[in-house]
Amino acid sequence: MASMRDIKRRIKSVKSTQQITKAMYLVASSKLTRAKSRLADTRPFFNETRKVIANIVKGAKGISHPYIEQRDVNNIGLIVLTGDRGLCGGYNQNVMKAGLNAIKDRPEAKVITVGSKGREFFGRQKKNIINSYTGISEKPTYEDALKIGREVLELYAKGEVDEVYLAYTQFVSTLVSEPKVIKILPVDVEEFKNESSVDSNSLMMFEPSEEEVLEYVIPKYVNTVIFGALVESAVCELGARMTAMDSASENAQEMIEKLDLMYNRARQGAITQEITEIVGGSGIYN
Amino acid sequence: MAENKIRLRIVTPVRELYNDEADMVIMRSTSGDIGIMHGHQPLTTTLGYGVLKIMKDGEDDVKAVVFGGYVDVQPECITILSDAAEWPDEIDVKRAEEAKERAERRLNGNREGIDILRAELALRRALIRIDEGKR
Repeated sequence: MASMRDIKRRIKSVKSTQQITKAMYLVASSKLTRAKSRLADTRPFFNETRKVIANIVKGAKGISHPYIEQRDVNNIGLIVLTGDRGLCGGYNQNVMKAGLNAIKDRPEAKVITVGSKGREFFGRQKKNIINSYTGISEKPTYEDALKIGREVLELYAKGEVDEVYLAYTQFVSTLVSEPKVIKILPVDVEEFKNESSVDSNSLMMFEPSEEEVLEYVIPKYVNTVIFGALVESAVCELGARMTAMDSASENAQEMIEKLDLMYNRARQGAITQEITEIVGGSGIYN
Repeated sequence: MAENKIRLRIVTPVRELYNDEADMVIMRSTSGDIGIMHGHQPLTTTLGYGVLKIMKDGEDDVKAVVFGGYVDVQPECITILSDAAEWPDEIDVKRAEEAKERAERRLNGNREGIDILRAELALRRALIRIDEGKR
């Protein structure tokens, strides 16, 4: 059995670790509250953008634009949204695996990573990382989304990639989040058809012209999707970290209780032994 | 909805700026200023940088500064989706002046290796902010 001093030292170290995990839990939960309200603020923009596009798709007859046209796929692009830091359970692993799975048939796929975890992971897998962004995962701004959006749209327009996928984490609840991979380019207009509330017979006007409006709106939509995914992923990361830190604190508590028991046993053993020695030394039994 | 009023929503990625009724909305589209009232034909257009005026119940016009984006007009409802929009009293004139100087320096200095379009847009944004913020 370990000596009393050893056990005491263990208890002390577990306790200090527990203090850290508890603090991280509190930090994550307060950040989560803020991130959640940001997510709620971005939802109207996202929903309205979809509605407007639905109206355009319905109002305009026979639209065609490079951004919405399917073409033969020679290479694909992938954006993966991960965190910069660990200690958040399976959050990073899950989304990276989902992303990796999406490009498993295409070793040449161009990957853009957000978050240093994703950069390290896809680097180890020897994937073709063309750009990586760090330092934005926890608090993404719309400008960050614009940068990423501009980059993929350029790649797509140049024909370097024919499809672009986005791997992010969907927020279901604080405890439940789901890694997801969606196709963001070319934009699939069919899925919008049922969302419009506009009467399809009404005459729709476009200023300056249909093409110019689409040219403007579709990139905006792509940016919006990226921004929404960034914000949602940030919420999931904080949620995952909060849950992970909560269970870590609980585990530490259990460990402390076990060690306490061991410590008491060791103490009792030591006392018993001492008494036995004294009694033995006094020689009354002889 | 009241007679002859049109609902106006101004939405940006970070918040919903306005969601209320109006008699008429005047905005700067890329092909000129347009005014929209209740019952307008469905229209989708892109917006330039400029001031948007909301007229309501004969009160003073409410103004907002809108930087690009697009607008979806339906007979009952106008939806403006903009990258950035703000009320004039929220504008930080000092910051806008700094941005103006920065953009001017960039445009007047060595033009190699800079994004001219971006600098020009930044300058225009700053000028509108200064104009409206001072009022």
